[in-house]
Amino acid sequence: MDSLRDEIVNLYKKAATSLPQDIEESLTQAAKTEKNGSTAKAALASILENIRIAREKERPLCQDTGVPVFFVKVPRKRSQIEVKNSILEATRIATEEVPLRPNAVDIISDKNSGDNTGIGFPVIYFEESPDNAITLDLMLKGSGCENVSQLYKLPFEELKAERDLDGVRRCALDTICRAQGRACPPYILGIGIGASRDQVTKLAKVQLMRDLEDTNSIMTLSELEKRLIAEINQLGIGPLGLGGKTTTLGVKIGVNHRHPASYFVEVCISCWADRRARLTW
Amino acid sequence: MVGKKSKVKSQKSEAGKTKFIELPLTRKDVLSLSVGDRVLLNGQLVTGRDRIHKFLFNERPHVKEIPFDLKGALLYHCGPVIRRTDGGFTLIAGGPTTSIRVEMYEPQIIADYGIRGIMGKGGMGRKTLQALKDHGCVYLHTISGAAVYLADRIKRVAGVWKLEDFGMAEAMWILEVEDLPSIVTMDAHGRSLHEEIEEKSYEKLKRLLGLP
Repeated sequence: MDSLRDEIVNLYKKAATSLPQDIEESLTQAAKTEKNGSTAKAALASILENIRIAREKERPLCQDTGVPVFFVKVPRKRSQIEVKNSILEATRIATEEVPLRPNAVDIISDKNSGDNTGIGFPVIYFEESPDNAITLDLMLKGSGCENVSQLYKLPFEELKAERDLDGVRRCALDTICRAQGRACPPYILGIGIGASRDQVTKLAKVQLMRDLEDTNSIMTLSELEKRLIAEINQLGIGPLGLGGKTTTLGVKIGVNHRHPASYFVEVCISCWADRRARLTW
Repeated sequence: MVGKKSKVKSQKSEAGKTKFIELPLTRKDVLSLSVGDRVLLNGQLVTGRDRIHKFLFNERPHVKEIPFDLKGALLYHCGPVIRRTDGGFTLIAGGPTTSIRVEMYEPQIIADYGIRGIMGKGGMGRKTLQALKDHGCVYLHTISGAAVYLADRIKRVAGVWKLEDFGMAEAMWILEVEDLPSIVTMDAHGRSLHEEIEEKSYEKLKRLLGLP
């Protein structure tokens, strides 16, 4: 399994140092829409320069290399434990080599493990793969943006949010207003809707793995995604939260069936540095 | 400390006025800055985030225990990526962390240690804004997430405190910077750009959602 381990080290390096093309392209387009001489335009230019330097010098584009979150698909008869061990070994090596910032802190002793491994760290989700390849999707989730994500239980009278998609829309706009510029806008939003709390928070995170250019296969959700992008960008929070037209680059919504008594909505925010990368092995 | 002469020099460009600041800061320097000013920082600053704030707030260590004179200092909310090298340390990435997390600690720390500048991202709350006014301090916003862009302007790691206890991200790093860019978003005159943007965004939210 050593070669898998080495490939996962490379996956870490790719995710930490190079932003996916679709996001860089979206930031480039956003910079064109901001006013000349504005803070927003200058901020986006610096962000784009940062992305370029990070890629060229192979250095982490943000000092918060985040919580590594793996979505893994493993073929039948392949051991999940072996794959997990490869991930843990690769995490220790990548922390030294990339380097990643050691981010795993013990709750009891408050000591940092120093190598990004610990109880439930990194986060790893497994499911069975329909083919013979192992697929690893890695997200380096910054914690500034994790902190401003919100879980709602509808109805929520304060926002006049009922148990329908308009209620979901209200939650998304509320989350962004609460977040302001604290978590590195322009943001990307992953929204998960469904029956149980744990399931919607994961579903929202999975949405952040989607390409900004993809279209939701459910027409109603696709329309809501577009409407939310337009409305969020009217809030005036802007790049860095210092004002401007670009507060979000994308909104992605996923749904599960819900229980008649429950309607949970998770609005998961990613900073502009939505670092995701895939390895097929 | 440097004498009374202000170390803030201005230069006009297309993008507006840019001020060059030599650290540490004096009260006079701080009072000459207003919301919207773009500044380039030169000299030494220190980092400090959650753990350092909790420690300074609760333990109130004597200044002699801290290997850097915090009087007039700029405290940067940052947990960098640092690589240990033969000669010492090299900073790999060093953008700002979210400042609001230390809101409950900051006013007392500004008052206790005579800090004249805070730098981070996202701005801070009412209590810190009041402390900026009361003690002559300024909040600077630097470029969120631009960690290597900023690292290129951090020329040297001059020292570190609490590395063993708190770890790389949470230690107090003493950094020498050259033309590090930031924007004044909360000044010592009681103005906060963050408050203004937040208010406007909530007005817009109410209109979009038809809320009272």
